[in-house]
Amino acid sequence: MTSIEPVILLSAVLFTIGVVGVLTRRNALMIFMSVELMLNAANLAFVAFAQQWGNLDGQLFVFFIMAVAAAEVAVGLALIVAIFRTKRSTDVDELSQLKG
Amino acid sequence: MSVEFFIFLMVAAVAVMAALGLLLSRNAIYAAMFLILNMASVAVIYLLLNAPFIAAVQVAVYAGAVMVLFVFVIMLLGAEKLSQADTKPALKWQRPLSIGLGMALFVALGAVMITRLGVTPAATLIDTSPLAIGKALFTTYLLPFEVASVLLLAAVVGAVVLTKKS
Repeated sequence: MTSIEPVILLSAVLFTIGVVGVLTRRNALMIFMSVELMLNAANLAFVAFAQQWGNLDGQLFVFFIMAVAAAEVAVGLALIVAIFRTKRSTDVDELSQLKG
Repeated sequence: MSVEFFIFLMVAAVAVMAALGLLLSRNAIYAAMFLILNMASVAVIYLLLNAPFIAAVQVAVYAGAVMVLFVFVIMLLGAEKLSQADTKPALKWQRPLSIGLGMALFVALGAVMITRLGVTPAATLIDTSPLAIGKALFTTYLLPFEVASVLLLAAVVGAVVLTKKS
């Protein structure tokens, strides 16, 4: 691949699909998976720019983003399991106790 | 059109289709499978972008460990059949508004890309072997590397504490 413009375009498309997923879905698991899609799109842009500038730092940042994403998934899914225990549901609309 | 660009177009089409499948599927397990397909195709694009180590980590960590965790939790909770609330949102204007805002975001991203990109010259190829990445990881990025290990430990402890029956 000599030019990275198509890769950045793909990254933008994937990020947009992830954003629309977060905004439209009401299930916590589906929202979480859409967030993962957005993280993936950002990683793709990082690697593409690392290739464009001939700099290894972009790839190392992707490595750290993956470590943080793994930690985030572990804690986030534990939270969803804990919420499911009390609510018997993973719909985010059910969590409205704070509404005045 | 070079062979590499042809492969990129094919894999990019698969990635976008899988992302749309994730967006539109009515079953959480199918959505997880679509996300695995998306991550695998992105790993192929990493290979095309001269990043073999990141491609391997993407398959092992993302498509492997993270998605296994997702599928495990979906099956544990029996939440694969999404409820009526997920398909029919309570707010009538939510879906059109979010699609409109998503299109606006895409147009903004595209505008920035068209005006800003293409002015930078493509740099010379660099050494992206796992050896070079390992050297950078244990010299320049030693502190972030250690902090990441502490973060992962905290996440493990947090996950155990959160799911423990009190």
